[in-house]
Amino acid sequence: MNVIQQLKLGFRSLMLHKLRSALAVLGILIGVTAVIWLVAMGEGVSYQAQQQIKELGATSIIVRTIKPSEEANSDSGSRSGIAYGLLRSDYDRIITNIPTISSAVPMREISRDVRRDEFSVSAQVIGCTPEYFSINRLPVVRGRPLAASDLRGLENVVVLAHDVAERLFPIQDPLGRAIQIGTEFYVVVGVAQDRTAAAAIGGSFSARQYNRDVYIPLSTFRKRIGDRVITVRGGTFQNETIELNQITAVVDDVASVDASADIIRALLSRYHKTLDYAVVVPKELLEQAETLRMMFNVLLLLIAGISLVVGGIGIMNIMLATVTERTREIGIRRALGATKGEIVQQFLWETVVLSGTGGLLGVAVGFLCGPTVEGVRLVIESFMPELWSTLPSTIHQLEPRLAPWSIVAAFGISVGVGIVFGIYPAQRAANMDPIEALRHE
Amino acid sequence: MSNNPEELSHEPLQVAAVQDVTKVYRLGGQDVKALAGVTLEFKQGDFVAIMGSSGSGKSTLLNLLGCLDRPTTGHYLLGGHDVATLSDEDLSRVRGRYLGFVFQSYNLIQQLSVVENIMVPLSYQLPVRPDGRELSTKLATLVGLAGRLDHRPNQLSGGQQQRVAIARALVNNPHVILADEPTGNLDTATSNEIMDLLDVLNNTGRTIVMVTHEPDIAERAKTVITLRDGLIQSVEQNRV
Repeated sequence: MNVIQQLKLGFRSLMLHKLRSALAVLGILIGVTAVIWLVAMGEGVSYQAQQQIKELGATSIIVRTIKPSEEANSDSGSRSGIAYGLLRSDYDRIITNIPTISSAVPMREISRDVRRDEFSVSAQVIGCTPEYFSINRLPVVRGRPLAASDLRGLENVVVLAHDVAERLFPIQDPLGRAIQIGTEFYVVVGVAQDRTAAAAIGGSFSARQYNRDVYIPLSTFRKRIGDRVITVRGGTFQNETIELNQITAVVDDVASVDASADIIRALLSRYHKTLDYAVVVPKELLEQAETLRMMFNVLLLLIAGISLVVGGIGIMNIMLATVTERTREIGIRRALGATKGEIVQQFLWETVVLSGTGGLLGVAVGFLCGPTVEGVRLVIESFMPELWSTLPSTIHQLEPRLAPWSIVAAFGISVGVGIVFGIYPAQRAANMDPIEALRHE
Repeated sequence: MSNNPEELSHEPLQVAAVQDVTKVYRLGGQDVKALAGVTLEFKQGDFVAIMGSSGSGKSTLLNLLGCLDRPTTGHYLLGGHDVATLSDEDLSRVRGRYLGFVFQSYNLIQQLSVVENIMVPLSYQLPVRPDGRELSTKLATLVGLAGRLDHRPNQLSGGQQQRVAIARALVNNPHVILADEPTGNLDTATSNEIMDLLDVLNNTGRTIVMVTHEPDIAERAKTVITLRDGLIQSVEQNRV
């Protein structure tokens, strides 16, 4: 008998017990769907993370100021306050001493309330240079970005992020109007493009909320706001001095990223007694994310594999029942010339039909992953808004990505499971004594 | 046996022969001798009925003749081989090539149609016959089931099912047709129809060995062999 005849025979034999066969198929279907869906969601999450890391730039090296631990500065923790973090001289050293670095942006930031008339919004005030916008791929869609002349002239000009502009100027055009930061007034010269939160990287800062930023020239920041930050915490004044919060350096070539990062580390360690900075390389993050993604996929495959094994046990169960019920048929076939091997084949084909059908249907349902996630999201959003607002943004934005390899693997494994779990029942069928089998009622 | 063609024309060809076969079962720690030494020869065109009370060894003999079992001692020649010592796989091949089976309870496969049931023995033969379906249809017509080719066994009467079984036993052009109580489940009228069909087949040169306990059915065979306690008690020739 050829393959098609075998498949047809298997299908017809299974149709003797439609419900039972359908349940076995369902078991495999769920397993295959689980593999495809879990991998698709895992891929979706990691794709998101990778995109966010890529936004940081594969050729960039980010140096962040971090607050050193308490013990490290206990001697300097006096009333005069503590000074830590990156220095303006660090920036100069990086830009002049490392030839592979094509450009670098120093940045200083602080939380402040930003006001206009009765409107007020708490924002992140960023002191930066014009390159900040190009390096962070942040286009200014209205007006203009900061200019070199703004820095030279210590101008009170500001570029608003999308959300801040909307909050402060719900109706009017913000360009040319004044906003207030602290006690100073600034003229709005530009509005940046809408941009959702970026990835949390390196533990040093959580997801960057670009939409809550206002950008002013770094020199203006230094003059109007200054390096010293005084906060009240637990009834005492905390007095901190920070020159720069971040330096973003960009190298010409991806290949020189790692070496340049090492040089920056070496350079900084010479001038900093305590570790009050962190060097974050998005490219390394990308590689870490890739490793994480693979581990994640292996884990998901394991889980999904378990459900496939459960499905396989279901198939075995049903095939054992089938073999017992069809003892007579086995006897007849043996008498009419079937060898043991041919009986094994016949029952294996039946399990392959079962698991293959389950596999195909599972792949079909697997393709519904995107619409299903979308549907579930809509249901939660419209019927449980409180729950929705507490969910992390990863879930809000989750886009499952079907991985072709997972479809092939899921289908292959399902058929494999059918064969593995079909072997025992089939051998049991083949090893029956034909005389006994013929006598079986 | 001689290779002289002149002698062959007088003496029908021997198709099967058992020589001094015994079969011993172990039941509850005791040896039970189901066959105590039987020697028989079947020639082309024979129609043999095997009779005997239950426990006489007739079922055991039929199982041995059907290559479903191996004798404890002795030889069984079929199609020129001594099949008493063949492996399980070879026995399957021998059954498929040289033997046709007709059972008391028809033993058709329920999920297959009439034609497909007739084709089952062909599916275990290599090379695959491209004309299997035509041959099966022809045989179904021969046994009078031309109008029911696509019926399932449960849509047929007992007599019709047995006709399908007979057609199935013919499809591989066997040396011997073995029938185990072929009329045991049928009423008298239908039994006679089935026996008529077997007669027709026998008259066209088919060798038939049939086990029965009904004397009037056995009477329609050419030779009646009666077994008792695992030994041949008598061999009678009916009308020729």
